[in-house]
Amino acid sequence: MSDISETARRWHDMGGDPAGEINFDEHDFALWEKRVDALMILGSARGHFTVDGLRRALEDMGPEAFETMSYYERWIASVNQNLIEAGVYSLEELAAKMEEVQARGDTYGAAQDV
Amino acid sequence: MPHDHHDHDHLSPSGHPFREDNDTPLSYWQCMEIAVRELMIEKGEVTAAEVADQIGAMDSRSPANGAAVVARAWTDPAFKARLLEDASAASKEMGFDIGPLNLIAVENTADTHNLIVCTLCSCYPRNLLGLPPDWYKTREYRSRAVREPRAVLREFGVDLPDDVTVRVHDSTADMRYVVLPARPDGTDGMEEAALAELVTRDSMIGTGLPKSPA
Repeated sequence: MSDISETARRWHDMGGDPAGEINFDEHDFALWEKRVDALMILGSARGHFTVDGLRRALEDMGPEAFETMSYYERWIASVNQNLIEAGVYSLEELAAKMEEVQARGDTYGAAQDV
Repeated sequence: MPHDHHDHDHLSPSGHPFREDNDTPLSYWQCMEIAVRELMIEKGEVTAAEVADQIGAMDSRSPANGAAVVARAWTDPAFKARLLEDASAASKEMGFDIGPLNLIAVENTADTHNLIVCTLCSCYPRNLLGLPPDWYKTREYRSRAVREPRAVLREFGVDLPDDVTVRVHDSTADMRYVVLPARPDGTDGMEEAALAELVTRDSMIGTGLPKSPA
């Protein structure tokens, strides 16, 4: 039994919760996932956010995000939010760019600007 | 570049399935990654080469780095003392830059077994071991490692005697751990490079033991 009230714990603080057997499936990271990781490190090196800023955005996504989004999907969402908050680009610029990317093609490979 | 789907059994050189990516429909989040990267480049924040270099550095880090550190500690008592004193500095001494993170090495002995977890997320000694395995980031591992570590270890095939103390270390963004496994029996006189071959990724997380000499 924990002395800490359940309301004091946020969803990501899952140590000690009941859970099922461990799934041992592993995969090699896709290029887009490695790029998310690289953008996280480079954006941080540029001083636009700290690991705490990234974690705050991740934790604010709530438990649904943990079930419905993959690891690097959550991370790109957090990196993006932090970059907008830091003023690196605006929400409007992001929307316009995503539209442009989408128009290039319907696979990850085809949507690159080459 | 699309994958070849016809020439093998869909396993990568590391023995894992390839992740579907370039030739499946563009997802919303993949689209966001491209957009964020291009905006960063347009704004002069990063260059495409820096992104590629970062991925190259990421790909060059593997559990072999950690294994080299462990094998050195097994053969050089002075190095082992330095590793247990300050794992970041000792790793750097071997050419593995740990970056700003604080790394602590915890030693397995005949009566103590150490296990590493990050209950809050996915903190991991990535500069020494590469990116964490998928299971390390799952709800199941994160939740249970601190409550029933022996049961978790049994799922990994590690059945510890009751008189062995299990210590679980919960990592944070600022403090990460790596396990220094106990040197296996029957390895007296073995060279450092041969010893490193016995050190598995999981033995440095604590979910496994080093291999026995052939």
